[in-house]
Amino acid sequence: MISLAGRDILHGWVRFLMTGFGLGLLIGVTLSMAGIYRGMVDDANVLIDNSGADLWVVQQGTLGPYAEPSSLYDDSYRSILGMAGVARAANVTYLTMQVRHGGGDVRAMVVGVVPGGPGEPGQPGFLVAGRHLTGGHYEVVADVKAGCALGDTVIIRRNRFRVVGLTRRMVSSGGDPMLFIPLKEAQEAQFLKDNDMLLQQRRRTVQNPAFNRPNVPGLLDAIVASQTTSLSVNAVLVQLKPGYAPEAVAKNIQRWQRLQVYTRSQMRTILVDKLIATSAKQIGMFLVILSIVSAAIVAFIIYTMTMAKIREIAVLKLIGTRNRVIASMILQQAIGLGAIGFVVGKIAATLWSPFFPRYVLLEPGDAIRGFIIVMVISVLASILAITAALKVDPAEAIGG
Amino acid sequence: MSGNGIVIEGLQKRYGSGDTLVDALKGVDMQVAPAEVVGLVGPSGSGKSTLLKCLGAVIEPSAGRMRLGEEMIYDNGWKIRDLRALRRDKIGFVFQAPYLIPFLDVVDNVALLPMLAGERNGAARKRAMELLEALDVGHRAKAMPAQLSGGEQQRVAIARALVNHPPVILADEPTAPLDSQRALAVIAILNDMARQYETAIIIVTHDEKIIPTFKRIYHIRDGRTHEEAGEGR
Repeated sequence: MISLAGRDILHGWVRFLMTGFGLGLLIGVTLSMAGIYRGMVDDANVLIDNSGADLWVVQQGTLGPYAEPSSLYDDSYRSILGMAGVARAANVTYLTMQVRHGGGDVRAMVVGVVPGGPGEPGQPGFLVAGRHLTGGHYEVVADVKAGCALGDTVIIRRNRFRVVGLTRRMVSSGGDPMLFIPLKEAQEAQFLKDNDMLLQQRRRTVQNPAFNRPNVPGLLDAIVASQTTSLSVNAVLVQLKPGYAPEAVAKNIQRWQRLQVYTRSQMRTILVDKLIATSAKQIGMFLVILSIVSAAIVAFIIYTMTMAKIREIAVLKLIGTRNRVIASMILQQAIGLGAIGFVVGKIAATLWSPFFPRYVLLEPGDAIRGFIIVMVISVLASILAITAALKVDPAEAIGG
Repeated sequence: MSGNGIVIEGLQKRYGSGDTLVDALKGVDMQVAPAEVVGLVGPSGSGKSTLLKCLGAVIEPSAGRMRLGEEMIYDNGWKIRDLRALRRDKIGFVFQAPYLIPFLDVVDNVALLPMLAGERNGAARKRAMELLEALDVGHRAKAMPAQLSGGEQQRVAIARALVNHPPVILADEPTAPLDSQRALAVIAILNDMARQYETAIIIVTHDEKIIPTFKRIYHIRDGRTHEEAGEGR
């Protein structure tokens, strides 16, 4: 038996391909939406993996440092280093801000790390060019997404930093590129006040009799010094010695240091389930709407194509064609349309994903799931047309 | 084919009920022998289309009997369970417009019926080609219907109706869109095919040009038929 669907498609292949192409672009958008969600999750995982930490020690009662503000004294790491199972501990600050580069603004997450080599907590795991931060001041290792090149100058607050290294795939959970600078300069950037404010603060302090006592020499200078100096960091990143369970060490630090500690899996949960949960729901809604729109379009196209053949269907029924042959013809066309749409959509999503501002991760598993969903939608969408075709009275072919 | 062609006795068809009851057919009697071509003529609303639909097993009569060859197909109720297979294997249809399947080429339009009946594609196409050659459209076998003239399309439609060698062909105004010359040529072809394949052919028509070609004519009026001899030889 010849394939009626195949012959019909071949007969009007240009129209069929154009329809499939249009549908494909819609499917491409749907696949890209799924890819954006996967990219967000992957960014979160990369953020965790590249921090090089086994534990995140943050201010008690907070979800810091990525999800909530967290502040702890910058000497906390010393006592943490003394805990059983802790191999290395390092302070780190995170601040999302506008930095200036090449005459324009770049939204970036500025990360203050203790200068050192690769493998130190907080240091970027690998570089694509240049070197890590060592002991030098006013140096920056930037993600390529910031648009920097080696030797470029980046202005953070009032200070100018020279780009000495470049990383890739180091972005915040919001998709902003990370800029790694020495911790001291990051603390300064985080808490730096402008000159007018410093003057006003000094004047207020001088005028306050509690801070400026005539008989207590040095008190005023000590207070002013403490006001203009920052001793805070956002988190302490901890690496464990081999053989120690992260949960046990975390429990000890929480108990004895009175700080909040998160393991990798807990931090992953915070980032994925809390930080990007709303975005994920938003994308999920888009996926549902796009799926419904795709189904409606396939149903409309197949219905229209079927209605255009209503007289032929009446003739086919009159000359003895079984209902299942007619239903199969419509079903095959719907599946064919879905298959063409999926192939076009997959190619389109692959081609345009590098141009998205955020990382788009097109996973093969999502493609397989997408293909199955498209096929199911195509089958469901053909039901309307099949129902209409099966209702056609063969007597219509005779007329009268 | 052996047997009686098609025999109809007291065929009735009623639509509606109560005040809306319409007797479309009030007891039609017809008999068409194998290899015979008869005309069925009558004004609009006389019941021609209803009779054709009953004969084509598309609608169910209300009463009467219909015999196709040796087989009683209706006796105050269908005697055949699979009407679809009956239409496919025992009845050929030729319409006013050819209604060829636009996405199949000429040979597959004809071969489709035997394929639907389960015949292998090659054998079905061979049989279709023989018919197309006999109808002088074999050279257009690979053309699409839209590439054929009206007369060629109607000949392909006749080949489709004949391909399963049905005992009866029902032709509904088959010459309506054709000029006199082509209309007479189509009737000549139907007469040839009726003789060659021993097929009983009923042609419903208004066409004054072709009415004189029938040997027998059934007139239908107000749901009843009466027979008269035609001028055809």
